[in-house]
Amino acid sequence: MKMASLIEIIANGAKVGDQRPWPRFAVDAVQWQEIAEGFRDGAFVLSGLWGEADAVHMALLDGASGEMAVATLPCPSGHFPSIGSIHPPAIRPERAIHDLFGHVPDGALDLRPWLDHGCWGVRHPLGVRLPAEGGSPYAFLPTEGEGLHRIAVGPVHAGIIEPGHFRFTANGEAIVRLEERFGYAHKGVESLMHGLPLDRAAKLAGRVSGDSTVAYALTFSRAAEAALGIDAPPRAHWLRALMAELERLANHLGDIGAICNDGGFALMLAHCAILRERILRASDAGFGHRLMRDAIVAGGVTTDLDPQRIFKLRQLLTELNRGFPQLVELYDNTASLQDRTVGSGRLDPALARQFGAGGFIGRASGRDFDARRKFAYPPYDQLAFDVPVRDDGDVNARVWIRIKEVEQSLALIEQILNDLPGGAVRVDLVPRAGEGVALVEGFRGDILVWLQLGDDARVRRCHLRDPSWFQWPLLEAAIEGNIVADFPLCNKSFNCSYSGSDL
Amino acid sequence: MRRLLFQGLVRSPLTERLPVPDDPELAALSRKLDAAAKRRLGRSLSIRAIDAGSCNGCELEINALSNAFYDLERFGLKFVASPRHADVLFVTGPVTKNMREALGRTYRATPDPKWVVAVGDCAIDGGLFAESYAVIGGVAEVIPVDLIIRGCPPRPRDLLNGLLALMEQPRRAASSP
Repeated sequence: MKMASLIEIIANGAKVGDQRPWPRFAVDAVQWQEIAEGFRDGAFVLSGLWGEADAVHMALLDGASGEMAVATLPCPSGHFPSIGSIHPPAIRPERAIHDLFGHVPDGALDLRPWLDHGCWGVRHPLGVRLPAEGGSPYAFLPTEGEGLHRIAVGPVHAGIIEPGHFRFTANGEAIVRLEERFGYAHKGVESLMHGLPLDRAAKLAGRVSGDSTVAYALTFSRAAEAALGIDAPPRAHWLRALMAELERLANHLGDIGAICNDGGFALMLAHCAILRERILRASDAGFGHRLMRDAIVAGGVTTDLDPQRIFKLRQLLTELNRGFPQLVELYDNTASLQDRTVGSGRLDPALARQFGAGGFIGRASGRDFDARRKFAYPPYDQLAFDVPVRDDGDVNARVWIRIKEVEQSLALIEQILNDLPGGAVRVDLVPRAGEGVALVEGFRGDILVWLQLGDDARVRRCHLRDPSWFQWPLLEAAIEGNIVADFPLCNKSFNCSYSGSDL
Repeated sequence: MRRLLFQGLVRSPLTERLPVPDDPELAALSRKLDAAAKRRLGRSLSIRAIDAGSCNGCELEINALSNAFYDLERFGLKFVASPRHADVLFVTGPVTKNMREALGRTYRATPDPKWVVAVGDCAIDGGLFAESYAVIGGVAEVIPVDLIIRGCPPRPRDLLNGLLALMEQPRRAASSP
């Protein structure tokens, strides 16, 4: 049977609002489930699932046609048909919707709390608020069998990383099951967004996940511009891409070094950390902040480049183009390191496809998706770059995807510096109500922001979906059968965000 | 690898030599830190980083302290994997309600004498997240804080400067939350 296209299914629903650039449709419970079946059969990718006080929304991506849409199911009764029971990637978002709004996914397989640890003093903080119940111990999934033992790790970890809990069940050294327990970094971002003016909201968006501050501010600003029906000036688009590529470079270099370090090869970390520091210093010189925080706002960017700053960025390119190939050679020629990375933490391409895993995780397991190419938002429509894809899916593949992406980013930065258009870097905003959505490729994968603005252009509702929502569950699968001692290596090769998905 | 290692032998170190000609502040810092660390703990201070709910920005800059430019360990300062090995707790983030218990337990697991540094604007007063139902606020609302280091995130140099300030401060009586 031929699958109905995305638009065919939801066009039966009524188009609601004036969401740009992709439409939003109201659907009924039957259509909602039809869409879920489309996810299950691989016709569409679930790109986001979030709540509102009286509705649930999901973002769908039609992989074949490249269409994107948002479907809204009103749920005044506080119930909606579970997607997660048909399509597992929806399970955690549904648990989060239940925690935050109180809406019940009917037929859900797993309704344990996800973000709510019983500590907030309130239940359903974004829906009909109820007083908190006494916290009961979290029920980890059972594991039974002879010789199995459990190892509890976190939320405070040995390294300098974010908080989260990992519950391993091991048989000897081999991991039989990993279960993640998160929510420790939940800061209530969506509730804080409510009522904020755009400038403050962009700052908050830039603090959802610190390593992706540029990508988040960019995604938020693009959603805001879509909602307001305006476009940033061309020079702003190019400067934004320059910052986004610098951020990608810095993170990829940090990751490559850290993965090798977790494989017992500290030399690589030392050298990658030098290049990373050079990038942060050049970013500071170019944009006034080492991580380029708060430089991207709705309407454009807050800082411009002069010839002197451009010179510093060109110097950086020279240094990286000289230093990086030596490190690639080092990685490629160190058999003892590859002994750790090759074959470890293999992620099945079928799972990457099912979960719509973005970034290097998806692309190392055969999912050929990059929002910069798929949606070619400016200036990527005018830049030449390749999207590396492999299908071996192990730690080594994720290292190589990063290496290739570093090379692509270096080439992109060179193109941007060569062809940077002139003109203004910011336009004035005219306050108005509106609804916008944006998908941007951060270093970790595609970030989705859905934004509703009120008449005074203050945020009415904002959902920020980190790529990690659809990557973290895959780590549980990829680690199975590996030894406990290889978990840090595998985890680092995923490098998912705790804060970004805890919100 | 041989070539890289050889280059390491013949090239001058990247570590910013002290005193740094263009930064008298850092030069002064290194001399003072050295003396203070020797006096306090025989030139060794162990730091344990705890993320109590940050966005991860502060962690990036804390990690940068270990790169070749800052090379934290030359001051006798090093990061350790357990609070039981630590003299100093570096706490980042607005403290989320979901992290309150873990932060308190980590503090209690750290032997006396100990110092707590609240790292970054969020750790000082909750930052942009202060008003949330899910956030307690600054670190000082949960455990006693000896020093704050501002910034979003603080630059590695600010972190180094902060550590110096800590070493210069008189030893505070141990206390529990």
